[in-house]
Amino acid sequence: MGMTMTQKILAAHAGLEQVTAGQLIEADLDLVLGNDITSPVAIKEMDKIKSQGVFDKDKIALVPDHFVPNKDIKSAEHCKCVREFAYRNEITNYFEVGEMGIEHALLPEKGLTVAGDVIIGADSHTCTYGALGAFSTGVGSTDMAAGMATGKAWFKVPSAIRFNLTGKLSPWVSGKDVILHIIGMIGVDGALYKSMEFVGDGIRNLTMDDRFTIANMAIEAGGKNGIFPVDELAIAYMKEHSTKTYTIYEADADAEYDEEYTIDLGALRPTIAFPHLPENTKTIDEVNAMKEPVKIDQVVIGSCTNGRIDDLRCAAKVLEGKHVAKGMRCIILPATQHIYMQAMDEGLLKIFIEAGAVVSTPTCGPCLGGYMGILAAGERCVSTTNRNFVGRMGHVDSEVYLASPAVAAASAITGQISCPEE
Amino acid sequence: MKANGSVFKYGDNVDTDVIIPARYLNSSDPAELATHCMEDIDKAFIKNVKKGDIIVATRNFGCGSSREHAPIAIKAAGVSCVIAETFARIFYRNAINIGLPIIECPEAAKGIDAGDDVEIDFDSGVITDKTKGTTFQGQPFPPFMQKIIAAEGLINYINQ
Repeated sequence: MGMTMTQKILAAHAGLEQVTAGQLIEADLDLVLGNDITSPVAIKEMDKIKSQGVFDKDKIALVPDHFVPNKDIKSAEHCKCVREFAYRNEITNYFEVGEMGIEHALLPEKGLTVAGDVIIGADSHTCTYGALGAFSTGVGSTDMAAGMATGKAWFKVPSAIRFNLTGKLSPWVSGKDVILHIIGMIGVDGALYKSMEFVGDGIRNLTMDDRFTIANMAIEAGGKNGIFPVDELAIAYMKEHSTKTYTIYEADADAEYDEEYTIDLGALRPTIAFPHLPENTKTIDEVNAMKEPVKIDQVVIGSCTNGRIDDLRCAAKVLEGKHVAKGMRCIILPATQHIYMQAMDEGLLKIFIEAGAVVSTPTCGPCLGGYMGILAAGERCVSTTNRNFVGRMGHVDSEVYLASPAVAAASAITGQISCPEE
Repeated sequence: MKANGSVFKYGDNVDTDVIIPARYLNSSDPAELATHCMEDIDKAFIKNVKKGDIIVATRNFGCGSSREHAPIAIKAAGVSCVIAETFARIFYRNAINIGLPIIECPEAAKGIDAGDDVEIDFDSGVITDKTKGTTFQGQPFPPFMQKIIAAEGLINYINQ
């Protein structure tokens, strides 16, 4: 029986010719990732392991990005714990404030994630690297600790859902709309325990940043990973960013899939996920047809989902020469220092500031209600982030609407959910 | 190994943000995390939960972030087991890894109500609702998972 792309990568890393869905395997890891929230718990667990030390100081990435620059004393203690662990173990890829970025934007940019890798990260959005043809998945702190110590992790081999993407996105429609559409279609547990494998000739029309966004939110459908085939664009990206050897795996022609969907990219519309689940999606046309406009207080453009340069360029195109609505707080967070610099060189930051937005250092802060844009009771935010659960960005009575950078920027100008088309 | 306690009942998609809101993730101390457990979905939970009590929920329990703080907070609050129709996969791994027993059993998740007195036999997977006098067959843990839970987590198990 044929294997899916994910199964082939896992088989190769488990030293097996063949794996099948449901099989328990132990796989070698190419990279183990943690941040300032999850690493301290992992480090505490690692201290309990009798054989001290890490399996490979070059294959661990520690990225304090959630509550940095330190938001309070307790966060500072967590970051200190991570920093001291990194120094003690001579971790090559520890990224301090000033060189850090949001982990899932930073690691591909630094060339640490390439096609064919098996990567675990103590952060649920670790699935992002599937955009480059890697198997990557989120785990907890204990798995991270065991991974750092042994270089291995156990997995239940997943079955897969295949998404056949055809055609080309319309103007103002992006990768975010593709993944929100899919989550709206299959639900927040529609891909539970499974791989989401994206195929089809529509992929060549998606930028790398679109693909990162799509793979990033596989977890929001319950998926174990999201993965794209490795094409010329992905190879060019890896050649530009990485010196690591990559391996291209392709699904067998006779691989089995639990379900298959075909999605015409050209038919997709700007899509917004209403509170309090990413599956509560409406197209912009459905929003416009609502009796009352959805008035908002804040817009956040950033995060591991949508803080990349394409996202900022799109937001700038919308905001150029305009001003955010009176009373609107528009917070823009370039995801890495490099993206920040690019945005500066391209004049995007000037556009944002002139439009009345603020531009922040890279941080996950507002996405998870940590800091840098917390919502009060009754407030509404259109956000390019990935979750709109109850209390996600602040008070339990606040509301988060997930959208693309285009919709978020347009909404900042009008003060209600809007599309640049208007 | 058995668990016995009173049930707290929840619905679909109980996410890790309501189990332990991120505003408290500047701590990793289990006892401190426990004081905020379920705060954004059920403010009364932490006041009323007693050692041994059981959480029962329907689909996709623990969806969202990878924060191990979620099962840690539940365990430190005294909960002896979580029963659900399905669990989100990272939460499932994390619960096993820290030694918090969890059981997938759609029939029990639907048939048990808040406040019921429930007993669980981990060796056989049998769940008994003593209030209603009903029993359900959950999946018993495979032996290696039982050992991890008995050792109070993966790391202790590795050390053994």
